[in-house]
Amino acid sequence: MDKLSHEVWVYIEKKHDNIADVSFELLSKGRKLAEKLNGTLKSVIIGDDLEKLAKQTFNYGAEEAIVVEHADLKQYKTMPYSRILSELVKKHQPRIVLFGATFVGRDIAPRVASNTLSGLTADCTDLQISDITYMKKEYPKLLLQIRPAFGGNIIATIITPDNPVQMATVREGVMEMSALDKPVDGKITKVPYQAEEIDRVIEIIERYQEESKVNLKAALIIVSGGYGMGSKENFELLKELADLIGGEVAGSRAAVDAGFIEHERQIGQTGVTVRPKLYIAVGISGAIQHRAGMDESNKIIAINKDPDAPIFGVCHYKILGDAMKIIPAFIEAYKNKLK
Amino acid sequence: MGYNSIVLVKQVPDTANITGDVMKPDGTVNRAKLPAIFNPEDKVALELALQVKDQYGGKVTAITMGPPKAAELLKECLYMGADDVILVTDHKFAAADTLATSYVLNKVIKKIGNFDIIFAGRQAIDGDTAQVGPQTAEKLGLPQITYTEKILELNNGNIRVQRLIDGGHEILVSKLPALLTVVKEASVPRPFRAKRAMAYKNYVPPQLATEDLDVDIKRCGLFGSPTKVYNIESVVLSAGDHENIEPTKEGLGQLIDKLMNDHIFG
Ligand SMILES: Cc1cc2nc3c(=O)[nH]c(=O)nc-3n(C[C@H](O)[C@H](O)[C@H](O)COP(=O)(O)OP(=O)(O)OC[C@H]3O[C@@H](n4cnc5c(N)ncnc54)[C@H](O)[C@@H]3O)c2cc1C
Ligand SMILES: Nc1ncnc2c1ncn2[C@@H]1O[C@H](COP(=O)(O)O)[C@@H](O)[C@H]1O
Repeated sequence: MDKLSHEVWVYIEKKHDNIADVSFELLSKGRKLAEKLNGTLKSVIIGDDLEKLAKQTFNYGAEEAIVVEHADLKQYKTMPYSRILSELVKKHQPRIVLFGATFVGRDIAPRVASNTLSGLTADCTDLQISDITYMKKEYPKLLLQIRPAFGGNIIATIITPDNPVQMATVREGVMEMSALDKPVDGKITKVPYQAEEIDRVIEIIERYQEESKVNLKAALIIVSGGYGMGSKENFELLKELADLIGGEVAGSRAAVDAGFIEHERQIGQTGVTVRPKLYIAVGISGAIQHRAGMDESNKIIAINKDPDAPIFGVCHYKILGDAMKIIPAFIEAYKNKLK
Repeated sequence: MGYNSIVLVKQVPDTANITGDVMKPDGTVNRAKLPAIFNPEDKVALELALQVKDQYGGKVTAITMGPPKAAELLKECLYMGADDVILVTDHKFAAADTLATSYVLNKVIKKIGNFDIIFAGRQAIDGDTAQVGPQTAEKLGLPQITYTEKILELNNGNIRVQRLIDGGHEILVSKLPALLTVVKEASVPRPFRAKRAMAYKNYVPPQLATEDLDVDIKRCGLFGSPTKVYNIESVVLSAGDHENIEPTKEGLGQLIDKLMNDHIFG
C-alpha cells in the first residue's frame, strides 16, 4: 500500500475572478485530511493570470499550487478544463481530489473520474480518514465519504477501497472555512497548456451572471419560514423581524415551491447550507432535507404549532404555538428591550 | 435532414414520498414499499428529444439499464412517442455505481451508433449524483452540455443551447454529436398518446445483456464499481435537549435577554 500517494488535491473554482468560497472551505478540510495522511495539500487552478489566486491558496495550507494558465482558458469550459485535469490526475495519482458540488464541480468532476477510472462520491456532507476493514481486507487511512441518500432518509458512508484516487464533491457551506494565521511558504508549479481540437468543439456565445445579492452563508442571524407561514404576505412579518434583529430571511423548500420566497433563499440539502449564530425556524416541520442545511447552527429557535414537529428535535429553544401571534409578540418584546 | 436522438432513462424509487414503513428497522430501504417512477428529469429529456424530432425529423431511441421490471418505463417512453427502446439487463450489471453504469451505457450507445444527440436527465432522484451523463459523454469522447434549459436552434450539425449556471445562464454552441443533460424546468413532458398506449400495451422491449455487448465483465456491475457502500444509517431524530419557551410576553422577553447575554443579539 505504501505505493499510494499521500497528496490531497483541491480543484480551485473561480467566481467573478476570485476564488469561490467553496474552494477555501475544501482547502480547510483538505488540510486536515492531509495531516491525517501525513501528506501534502495541493491546489489545482486552471485559467488565466493566476498568480494571485495561487498565493491565496497558501493562506489555507496548500503547499503547492499546480497552475495551468493560458489566455484561452480564461473562462471555465468543460472540454479543455476536464481534459487538463484528467491528464494531471493520471500523471500524479493524488490520493484524494476534492471539488465543490457546484455547477462547475458537478460538470468537471464526473468527466475526470470517468477518464481516470476513479471513484467519485457526490455531495458529501462529511469527510474523514480512517483505517477500514472491508470484505476481510485491511485498508489503512481510507477516505470515508459521508452523504445523505434516498432523499435524505439515510446517511451512507461510501469508500473507494481499491482505487489509487478517491474523489468527492462537497456543497458550498458544508465545511468550515479557516485560514491559517501565517500562510504556508508554498510553491507554484506551472504546467503548460497544449490546445487540442476538442477544446474548441463548444463555443460560449453569451454568459449572463448576476452576483447573488443574498449571502445567507455570511448571515449571523437567519429567520427562516416554512409552509406553515401560509402566504407570501405573512412572510413580511419575518422580514420585519429579520430587519429588526439584523438577520436575513430564508425559507424551506415547501415555502419556496409555494412562492412565498425566492429560490436563492432556500435552506437545506438542495438549497444553501448555513451555520449562523442564530437560526429561527418558523412554521417549518423540520424534514431531514431541511435540517441538513441548518442543524449546525450555533443556536436554533423553533416556532411551530405541532408539538411533535421534528424541528423540535434539533432546536435549543422550543416555542409551541401559532407563529402569527408569536412573531408579532417577539417583535414587540424586542423593541421594548431596546427602549 | 433530421436528427437522431438517444435518451437515457431510469426507473427510480419515488424518494419524495418516503414514509415510515419504507425504512426497515436496520436502517435500509425497503424498495418493495416504494413505488417505482420515471425519473422526472429523464421524462423531460425525452420530451426535448421528441420536440427535436417533431421540428426537424429523425428518430428517438430510449435506453435504460435496469432490472427486467424497467421494461414498464420503456413502454411509457413508447406511449409518449419514442420510436425504439432498449432494455439493458443482466444480473452482471447489477449494483453498478455511476462509473460502471456509464461504462455499459457507452457500450450500448456505440453499438446503436448513428446518433446526433444524446439526452440524459440532470440527475436521478435516488442518488442525486448527476454523474452518469457526463461520465458517459467522457467515455464516448463527446462534448457535453449540462443543466440544459432550452434548445435554441439546430443547424449544420451544430446545436445552440441555453444552460443554467451559478446565478445566471449561458448560451453555447456545440458541434454534434453531443450529450445534453436536462433540468426539470426545460419543458413539461407530454401525456401518453392513447393510440400508442393501445398499440404498445403488450409490447416486449428488446433486451441486451453482457453477451450482446463488447464489455469487459470486470468493469460492469458491483465488480466494476470503485465506490462501495461501507455503512448505512437511517436518520433518526435524537430527542434533543431543548428549553421550552412560553409564547408569552414574559417568556419571549426572557429568551431575548438570554440571547443578548450570549451576544447573539445586540
Ligand atoms: C431530494 C429532496 C431534497 C429536498 N431538499 C430540501 C431542501 O433543501 N430544503 C427544504 O427545506 N426541504 C427540502 N426538501 C423537502 C422536505 O422534504 C420537506 O418537504 C420540506 O422541508 C417541508 O417544508 P416545511 O417544513 O416548510 O413544510 P411542512 O412540512 O408542510 O411543514 C409546515 C409546518 O408548519 C407548521 N405550522 C402550520 N401553521 C402554523 C402556524 N400558524 N404557526 C406555527 N406553525 C405552523 C406545521 O405544524 C408544520 O410543522 C427536499 C425533499 C427531497 C425529496
Ligand atoms: N441505469 C441507467 N440507465 C439509463 N440511464 C441512466 C441510468 N442511470 C442514470 N442514467 C441517466 O443519467 C442521469 C443521471 O443519473 P445519476 O448520475 O444517477 O444522477 C439520469 O437522469 C439518466 O438520464
